Parts: sequence; structure tokens; C-alpha cells
Amino acid sequence: MTRKLPADEGHVHPIRGSRSFTQVSLAMTVLALLAGINVPASADDAQALQQLRQQLDRMQAEFEKQQQLQRQQMDAIRRQIETLQGKPGVQAPQPTAPPTSPTPSTTEAPKPVGTGNSTLDAGKAWSPSDPIRLQSGRSLLDISLNGTLATGGSTASQIDGGTQLGGHDPKVNGFTLQSLELSLSGMVDPYFRATTDIALHLDSSGESSLEIEEAYMETLSLPGKLTLRAGQFLTPFGRHNMQHVHEWSFVDSPVAHARLLGPDGLRNLGGQISWLMPFRFHSELTLAVQNSAGETASSFRFDNEGEARFHRQLGDLRANRLGDLLFTPRWSTSFDLTDSQTIVVGASSAIGPNASGAEEQTRIHGADLFWKWKPTRHQGGFPFVSWQSEALIRRYQAGAFDWDLDGDGLVNADGSELDGNGDALPDVLPRETFQDYGFYSQLSYGFRRGWVVGIRGEMVDRRHQAIYEGLFGDDTDRLGRWRLSPNLTWHPTEFSRLRLQYNHDQRRQIGADHSVWLQMDFSLGAHGAHKF
Amino acid sequence: MPDSPALQPRKRRLAIAAWPSSVFGVLVVLVGVVISMPPASAQLKVATTTADLASVAREIGGPAVDVVALARPGEDPHFVDAKPSFIARLSRVDMLIEGGAELESGWLPALLLGARNPKIALRQPGRIRANIGIEMLEIPTSLDRSQGDLHASGNPHFLIAPSNMRILARRIASGLESLDASNARAFQDRLKSFEGRLDSKLLEWRSRLEPHRGRQILGYHNSWIYFAREFGLKVDFVIEPKPGIPPSARRMADLITAIRENDIRAVFVEPHVSRRFAETLSQKTGIRMVMASQYPGGIPGTEAGVIELLDRLTGDLARALEQPLGK
Repeated sequence: MTRKLPADEGHVHPIRGSRSFTQVSLAMTVLALLAGINVPASADDAQALQQLRQQLDRMQAEFEKQQQLQRQQMDAIRRQIETLQGKPGVQAPQPTAPPTSPTPSTTEAPKPVGTGNSTLDAGKAWSPSDPIRLQSGRSLLDISLNGTLATGGSTASQIDGGTQLGGHDPKVNGFTLQSLELSLSGMVDPYFRATTDIALHLDSSGESSLEIEEAYMETLSLPGKLTLRAGQFLTPFGRHNMQHVHEWSFVDSPVAHARLLGPDGLRNLGGQISWLMPFRFHSELTLAVQNSAGETASSFRFDNEGEARFHRQLGDLRANRLGDLLFTPRWSTSFDLTDSQTIVVGASSAIGPNASGAEEQTRIHGADLFWKWKPTRHQGGFPFVSWQSEALIRRYQAGAFDWDLDGDGLVNADGSELDGNGDALPDVLPRETFQDYGFYSQLSYGFRRGWVVGIRGEMVDRRHQAIYEGLFGDDTDRLGRWRLSPNLTWHPTEFSRLRLQYNHDQRRQIGADHSVWLQMDFSLGAHGAHKF
Repeated sequence: MPDSPALQPRKRRLAIAAWPSSVFGVLVVLVGVVISMPPASAQLKVATTTADLASVAREIGGPAVDVVALARPGEDPHFVDAKPSFIARLSRVDMLIEGGAELESGWLPALLLGARNPKIALRQPGRIRANIGIEMLEIPTSLDRSQGDLHASGNPHFLIAPSNMRILARRIASGLESLDASNARAFQDRLKSFEGRLDSKLLEWRSRLEPHRGRQILGYHNSWIYFAREFGLKVDFVIEPKPGIPPSARRMADLITAIRENDIRAVFVEPHVSRRFAETLSQKTGIRMVMASQYPGGIPGTEAGVIELLDRLTGDLARALEQPLGK
């Protein structure tokens, strides 16, 4: 029974001997287990054996699982390397070049306890069951949703179309969904990119409607610094007309834009070519050619939905000729005055036929200026001061019009034939040309991170009284008005915004009105790049 | 009314005088246009988004390239304005080097569309996205902005780690070679020399920070993890509770406790974040403020490049870590 251990050198101690026996038998059991040999054992031993076997099986399974996982990860990395190698010009990086001297023992990524994101795993291959990322890296399409809601009220008896002319302005005492915009954009292929911007509306009667604000494709790689665009797009006229609601610095659209370009601004189906001039400074020429019909070109071929405008009934009186398109040339240029100051100036014209006659034309000219100061040591984009101003003038040729629609020489009893001067005869208007103008100037001061205070002053007026106004009375769509709007904006983050604005309106023949609006804005999904 | 005879000759004289002056005017405009046309040059024109990328590009390119960084060194690279002058510049460059991983996603895409420069289109040799080939840390498994503005491709502040600089330097060298094969030899030589200097410096930097292995440091934004990993330090705490969200009073109180409990001796103060949070922490706990930037030139005296910047950072940090918390 006794066994000599080499160290014992003959002095056998009984207790020691028995202990060594247990040790040896245990070691043998383990050895046998590992070798897969069945050794006769006691009942206790058999139980231990079974437990160990189960443990081994579990470890084996775990081992295989780990191996499989690692193999998957290796495959994923291999695939990444392959795709990188496949790219022309991008040389396969030396497999994450190891640091030259021995790596620190604490190589595991420090868990950013304080950063809020704890579940991090690097290098995992994407599988179809994973969430689709709506940001750069793995998506073919950038998707974002912008919602703008306003609440507040006004002393004006008529808000919609009275104090608030813009299609996206707050319009009622209460709540207005100014805009809910779904934007989809991405690269189509190496030659084109495409953008779609769909706005959903909820009007004051609760009706939902849908509007295609923009949907166009654009070239990416034309020679000669040219870009061609085709589709529905915002006409390149000035600055404000090319901004979506969530990009505005004020709750509402400038009065000049709503009155002269139209409540929804100027946009239509068409094509556009732009050329970046080969200078040291930025200088760009753009020409847009668009359809001139519809409510999104309301100073052009828009019938005003049957309502009289400029005391005339408007209608599409012309055959659809090639020349009946809306032409909008624009030139803009920009300079950095210093490292922290930039100025952009531009000039635009929109020229096209209007709906008052067969030969009548509208011409709108505009000039715009944008200046921004932002110190190079800004914190998250703050502080900054920006100043934006635009001036517009519209020259509208109005055709001759005879309100004697049925040709009987008398005013109809149903009031469909206007009699503005009360002589019981239908009004007759001569052909004439009149001019309206307007401008706004707005200053924004981002005084601390996330906080912006702003003020906008604006006015619109007619250049002179039109003949029809002299005959039949002043037209409220042309009478002078001005508005002063201070506001305060808070951006909790880049993706949300709260804005409080007061409007002091002064309209000729109507008087003063006061409005207060609180606007809320959110932005979900892809984070679009900001235009300057 | 008949024209007065006295006026007519004068009118004609004016019209005659107007001819040379209008020709002169046209000439002035033409000369102006020619002057404002950028001159042709043999140098490769390289633009980078940030100053650290520009520094590495200059190391490799040397006199054969003309490198300009768009963002100022002290500027927050997430919030750069897409100025039209950048569009004009990008329209003329042969190569663009960007950080990638959404570092510049708020402004660079708008510039690229405006610049319409096919040389720097994605997958062209003239376009280098620095994050490719880098082992990115902190890639989020889910993107949820209640957790702050997370970057889908991982933490983009990787270039402050020398091992990542090496990877980028090699990619820039191969990119430059494919654009200018005649200088391939020079680019390779400069790469070797840069790597050599970086390696010997790295030993020096490591030995400086070796006594402080495992120690915690504090930053404002979570932008120091690659740096900490390279030098065996830890950044388990940052002042911002979530990316892009300023700290509350409660968080500041928690930070003060954490600084004392973990004996955190240094806080990095970057030029583009408010100093007041670090100042408060310093007054309350005695934690030392270390002026830091990830961009050469972001702190004075580091304009020369990334090596000088790391020299300064590791030196200042090691000195701050030597002394125990004051209060």
C-alpha cells in the first residue's frame, strides 16, 4: 500500500503515505479522464467522474462556440480588408500596424463610465437582423424627419392671409403644424445624387395633405465645374427661398417673400445648370428653367384658384410655348474678410409669363447679403453674429380686362362680375404695369452655447398706385406694411429647438397688430450638413 | 424742343471720350479675372479638414505638396462652418484628407457637393479617409440620440495616438505616390524618416508617462481614449455627461467625488471648450489643468506639427501627474 515518494527517502510516514495515495489516485483519475480511459473507481469517484465529464463537455461546447465566433470575426475583418484592397488607390493598410514597443498591459478599451454609452462592441460584422444605420457608413440612403410646431396667438382679426402670409407660417390662435418634412437623399450611382423632400400638412380644419417640396437628381461628375439638376426644386432666388422651414432663423416667412414670390415661395419642376467659376474666391452662376404655372409660382402663371387678383380674373390665357417657362439666373460670390468673418452677396432675377394676359410678363429682381462672424475658438459653434438681408422688386405687367364676362354690358345679379366704382356697369381695366418692392434685414446673435437672440425688421410697399387702384380703390395686397420681430431661440442640442417670437405688425389702413408665437422643432435621423 | 447747338458737340465729345474708357474698363476686368485665376503649379495641392492631418501630410509630402487645413487648429472640428471659400479651395485641390467617422459630417458633405471636384470623389486616389484601417473604439451597437450625439463609426478622435499616425502616414504616402509617381522615392524616404522620429520619440513619451501607468485623467469631451490607451492611462470619466450635453450641477458634484476617490490629478482643457467647468473642478479639488489640443497649433508653441504637439502634451501631463491633489 505504501508508496515511496522521491522526497521521502525511506522515512515513510503513514499519514503522509495515505495522503499521497489520495493525491496520486486523483491525479490518475484526471489523467484517465483526459485520456478517455475507463478506470474502475468507487461510487464517489464515479460521481466525480460524471461531473467532470459534464464540465468537460460544457467547456468543449464553449470552446467551439468561441472558436466559431472568432472565425466569424476574422472572416469579417478579412472581408473588410478585401473590400479595401478592391478600392483603387486605397492601399491595404498594414494589418493595424502594431505599436513598436511592447503594448501596455492594460490594452482593453477603457469603459467610458462617464459617457453614458456602455454597450460597445468593435469590429462586429453587420448581419441583416441588426438595426439599419441611418447615418453614413452603412446606408444607401440618408433619412431624416423634421417637425415644426407653433403655438400662440395674434390680435389680428385675420391671421391666415392677413398678418401671416406664408404657407408655412403659424396661422391660427392655437396650434399650427408648420411643417413635417421627410427627407430622403443619397448617391444614386457614381454619376448622380438624388434628394426628395416631402412635406406633410395639417390644415386648420384637420385635413392632412402632402406636398412634394423637392425631388430632384443632380450630376456629380460633370467636367468644367458644372452641375446639372432636374426635377422639382426650390428656385435659386436669394437666400430665404432656398431654405426649408427648419432652417429659418425666425418663426415665419418674410412678408416680402410671401407677397412677391408667393405664400409657398418659388419652386417648380424644371432644370438647372450651375457653374463654379474658376477663381480663387467663391463665385457661382446658376440658371434655373422651370415651369411657370401653379401656386408655387404665384406671381407667374397662377390662376389664383379663380379668385380675382389685382382686380382681374386670372387664367391661363396663353398657349404653352417654349418661351413660357420661368427663367431664374443667379450669381453669388463670397469672401472671407478675416479668419472669423465671411460675407456672401448675390443677385437673382426671376422672369416669366403671368396669368393676366397672353403676352404679359412678370420680372422679379432681388439682391441678398449674408455676413457672419464666428471666432475661430468657438464652442460648439457659439458665439456668433450673423446678418442676413434681402431686397426684392417685382414688376408685374397686368393685361387689360373687361369684367363684362357674358357680354351683355350689365352687372350680373350673382356678383360674378365686379363693379368696383358702383356705376352699375362691369368694370373695365386697361393694360398696365405696376411695381411692388420689399426687404427684410435680420440679425442673429448666438450669445452663449445653444442660445440665440434675433431681431428682424421688414417692410413691403407698392412703388406707386396702380391705375386699377385709382379707379376702384386701394388693393390690400399691395398696400404698405412693416413688421418688427424680436425672438429668442434655445437649442438644447443640435436636434431640437424652442423659439419664442413677438411680431409687431403695422399695416396701412388696418393698423397695428401684435402676435406671439412659440415654436418647437425636432430633427430625427440623418444629420444633414449645414449650408452656409 | 430742338437741341441747342451748344450742347450737341459736347455730347459727341463725351461719347468719343467714353470709348477708350470703356475699353480700359473691360481691360481692368480681364486683368482682374486673370489675377484671380489660381496659378498653375507643379506642387500637388492637398487640403485636409483638420490641422493634425495637415501636419502628417506635410511630413510625408515635403516640398512637393502644398497642404492647407480647412479648420483652424483651435476650432471644434464638429462645428466648422461650410464657408464658400472652402468650396473654392476644394474645387482646385488634387487630394483631400478627412478624419472620417463622422468627425466632419456637419459641414464637409455640403462643401464636396459645391466643389464638384472629381479628383476628390470617394474611392479616388485623391481622397483619403483617415479612419479606414484604424482600429476604431467605442462603436455603438445602437444609435439612440437620448445617449447624446453618438458616432456610428466609433470615436473619431483617433489621430492623437502615435500608432494611428503611423497608419495614416503610410496611407498618405501611398496616396501621394499614386498622384505623383515622379516623387515616389522622396515620399517613401520622408515616410521612413517620419516613422523613425516617431518611434524614437514614442520611447521618450512612454518613459515619461510610464510612472503613471493606470492613472485616471479627465477630459471634457470623450476625445482622449486613443491617447490614454497608447500610454497606459485611463479616461473613465469625462466632464460632459453625454456627447454634446453640458454638465449639470449634480454631475459636477459627482465629478468632484470621483476626482477625490480616484486621485485624478489632471484635467485636459481644450481651446474649443469652456474652461469654467475645469476651473471649478480645479478650485474644489486641486486637480491640475493641462492646456491641451489634438491639433498642432491648438495650443501656442505646437504649430510645428504632431510630434511637437505630443512632446508638449506628454511633458505637461507627466508634470501634472507627479504632484498629488492639492486639497
